[in-house]
Amino acid sequence: MSKPLSLYLHIPFCSSRCGYCDFNTYTATELGDGVDRASFHEHLEAEVSMAARQLAPTHHVETIFIGGGTPTLIGAQALTTLITRIKEDFDVAPTLEVTTEANPDSVDRQMLDQLRAGGFTRISLGMQSSAAHVLATLERTHTPGASSAAAQQARAAGFEHVNLDLIYGTPGESDADLDRSLDEVLKAGVDHVSAYSLIVEDGTALARRVARGEVPMPDDDVAADRYELIDDRLAAAGFDWYEVSNWSKQGGECRHNMAYWRNADWWGIGPGAHSHVDGTRWWNVKHPRTYAQRIQAGLSPQEAEETTTPEQRRLEKLMLGLRIRQGLVQSEIGCSVQQVASLVERGLIDAESAGQPDARIVLTRNGRLLADSIVRELST
Amino acid sequence: MSQQPAAGVPASGNSAPGSTDAGVIRNFCIIAHIDHGKSTLADRMLQMTGVVDDRSMRAQYLDRMDIERERGITIKSQAVRLPYTAGDGREYVLNLIDTPGHVDFTYEVSRSLAACEGAVLLVDAAQGIEAQTLANLYLALENDLQIIPVLNKIDLPAAQPEKYAAELAHIIGCRPEDVLKVSAKTGEGVGELLQTIVDLIPAPVGDPGAPARAMIFDSVYDTYRGVVTYVRVVDGRIGTRDRITMMSTGAVHELLEVGVISPEPLPGKGLGVGEVGYLITGVKDVRQSRVGDTVTTATKGASDPLGGYRDPKPMVFSGLYPIDGSDYPVLRDALDRLKLNDAALQYEPETSVALGFGFRCGFLGLLHLEIVRERLEREFDLDLISTAPNVIYTVEMEDGKESVVTNPSEFPEGKVAAVTEPVVKATVILPSDFVGTVMELCQARRGTLLGMDYLSEDRVEMRYTLPLAEIVFDFFDQLKSRTRGYASLDYEPSGEQTADLVKVDILLHGDPVDAFSAIVHKDKAYSYGVAMAQKLRELIPRQQYEVPIQAAIGSRIIARETIRAIRKDVLAKCYGGDISRKRKLLEKQKEGKKRMKMVGRVEVPQEAFIAALSTSEAATKK
Repeated sequence: MSKPLSLYLHIPFCSSRCGYCDFNTYTATELGDGVDRASFHEHLEAEVSMAARQLAPTHHVETIFIGGGTPTLIGAQALTTLITRIKEDFDVAPTLEVTTEANPDSVDRQMLDQLRAGGFTRISLGMQSSAAHVLATLERTHTPGASSAAAQQARAAGFEHVNLDLIYGTPGESDADLDRSLDEVLKAGVDHVSAYSLIVEDGTALARRVARGEVPMPDDDVAADRYELIDDRLAAAGFDWYEVSNWSKQGGECRHNMAYWRNADWWGIGPGAHSHVDGTRWWNVKHPRTYAQRIQAGLSPQEAEETTTPEQRRLEKLMLGLRIRQGLVQSEIGCSVQQVASLVERGLIDAESAGQPDARIVLTRNGRLLADSIVRELST
Repeated sequence: MSQQPAAGVPASGNSAPGSTDAGVIRNFCIIAHIDHGKSTLADRMLQMTGVVDDRSMRAQYLDRMDIERERGITIKSQAVRLPYTAGDGREYVLNLIDTPGHVDFTYEVSRSLAACEGAVLLVDAAQGIEAQTLANLYLALENDLQIIPVLNKIDLPAAQPEKYAAELAHIIGCRPEDVLKVSAKTGEGVGELLQTIVDLIPAPVGDPGAPARAMIFDSVYDTYRGVVTYVRVVDGRIGTRDRITMMSTGAVHELLEVGVISPEPLPGKGLGVGEVGYLITGVKDVRQSRVGDTVTTATKGASDPLGGYRDPKPMVFSGLYPIDGSDYPVLRDALDRLKLNDAALQYEPETSVALGFGFRCGFLGLLHLEIVRERLEREFDLDLISTAPNVIYTVEMEDGKESVVTNPSEFPEGKVAAVTEPVVKATVILPSDFVGTVMELCQARRGTLLGMDYLSEDRVEMRYTLPLAEIVFDFFDQLKSRTRGYASLDYEPSGEQTADLVKVDILLHGDPVDAFSAIVHKDKAYSYGVAMAQKLRELIPRQQYEVPIQAAIGSRIIARETIRAIRKDVLAKCYGGDISRKRKLLEKQKEGKKRMKMVGRVEVPQEAFIAALSTSEAATKK
């Protein structure tokens, strides 16, 4: 029987780099040695075919996710071509989910129509905040209100599933700012929200500004308060959490991302993309030029791989499985009844899930905020 | 040790080792402050008397240990025999007995002085006399030594020979023109100094026919030869064929070798009245051959020892712990090795909740502690953490029971009638501008002013009685910073006093952390408690629950800080590309968790303990 597979495609381009971003993305249109943005999708198509030669006989594609970068920068035509190639090379499920990320100011109605017609079923918009000063701190280029407008257009274009990304805990953001951002999210009528606390990643412009004392380090206690605010507001509006940083209406879960958390098989296409198939993880060379040169030479773009030990697999299973609403079955992860009882007693996992070996371990809201320490505790 | 005769030592005649006429012997030492040029002067004397040729001369020839050479201080003393043809054409034997140069080693200094008839008082002509030098000068005067005042470094542009000659003349009661002026660096004046030593210092006097009595003034462990004992013969003679008795213990040893150092060891047939040399018996531990003890012959030996012997008594205690717990056996072996060469070092195993397995060690003083610690780290490649140094207390309970406390966490529970602590007599020499600020410091440290003298117009000697505990706390750092480095300090034990002392415990989530218990004066308990609680609050990572940090005297809480519970410990994003990285991060965090120490329910990284125990002085040194 054919096994499910998810495909991730990485578009490593942005028109400008945001100060907090440490993703593998580039602002130049020409990358040297004849590698350019306009024809870059051709290299990705070539890797799709490479993947198909290995996996198409045994796998069918359930979900596709195009991320970046800013995928819409390469245009609807190129994005659609990629989906077409996948459908040519692989069997796809009738319920195929096809998502692309987009910036609110990089899409218009015409493009949304083209994407919808080209097979896209879901769009994820980087809203981050509705407060102008927060967007400025984050160095985002779109204006307040652009996100909900883009989301409404996407719905009008026929996208059933629309996500808005929020970033909370940005220095300078107040509870009221976040409240207004949530107002805008709810007004947009989307079925999915991702909310991430701002992380100051090493090597970013934001990290340098924090180091110079220009911007204060985001405070974890504030982030915890904001998380609770988000969870409360979204719950009241009919959203359920299904992963630590993700909420959706009934049926609005992103199936592609669920594949990551369930430790399923996926192939990452594009520079720096990671893959996981049958317990092996590998990742591609990071720079788009190097990547393109490998592909052009007919070589695998893989940079390195790792085959995890049973102990590492258990740790991965814990750290991924505990993040989702479904949780994990106690007997499957080999933790003791006492460990679970102690977590219940501290209010970190759901009381109902304790006691039975086949009970599911599901984090409470406090537990979600402390998920990493719970993983460490259960993995010892 | 080399068996080769060194250059310049005459093989026979009235100055041959073992049969030297006491009349041509001059035994002397050099009293000087660190950096005032003692070792350079000794080097110059070695060269000018021809015992070391220019080719084999190395700087500070007599300082053997790396630490000594690096720090420019002498920890262990040594004696070197210098042949010298004086102005009268006669050949003399000058025995230069090196003295340790620090406050912690006062007793060793006193024994070195007791082996001499004279002392060169060497003072930097740009700096004037320092407190330790003054203290050692007083010791020399007590021993009735002939003092030869000398100003060194007269070649320096900053030298003020007239000013400091007047100061020295005032202190020892001579005329300023009697003060010799030399430059050990260039050799200027060193010839005159050698002649003055012959002229002024009396020859040793003893009874060659009496039973042998020799005083041990140093005892050094040598890997190849065992313990090398340095002695000064007072009466009689010690020959190669004798068996000797250590009079404090009655222990009898075979003599394997007798000789003099000139400046390499030179075995001979024996040592006679007034002579200075070494004995090797094959014992492996300097405790069997103690500084201050009297050596006599096993047969027809003396019945009365020479005076002045004392057991070395540790004054300062600290717990030493390996940072890596698995190094504990290495630390134990290292201490066993150091003990062979350090009669004053004491230690016994102890365990600490916070720090694991280690040793409670007793030292002569702070420098001794620092030297031992540095040697352990350097010679045995250990990373160590030491607890805050403390003194020894006697605690008397209301029921009359008495206990001796060398570790604050062992301070007895219950009703305390009295606590006794050691006190010292301290001498501070400082520019007169700083008298006010130093008085403030000494008063804040429970000091009592004993007296004050102007050494010159702008230099003052102040004498205080101070609790030793206050000095081991950070007195010297404070003194230096308040006087911009100009003050010098010396102290010597001067008994005990009762004081209003209490034990302050630090509790983490209700559990006492032994390494942070301290015995402090009642008036300072609060500030100690607050400071320690604040320090720990900053150093201990937040836990899943709120952790109170309390300072307590008995059951009474005097200060409290709270480590708030951690609320967020989760990575916001975990998608495909994050998984390997995140797993590695968790693996690393789990590794870190293994190094955590549990205090009750609280996880504390070892680094937090180390940082909390590090004094500001240790922190700036890094």
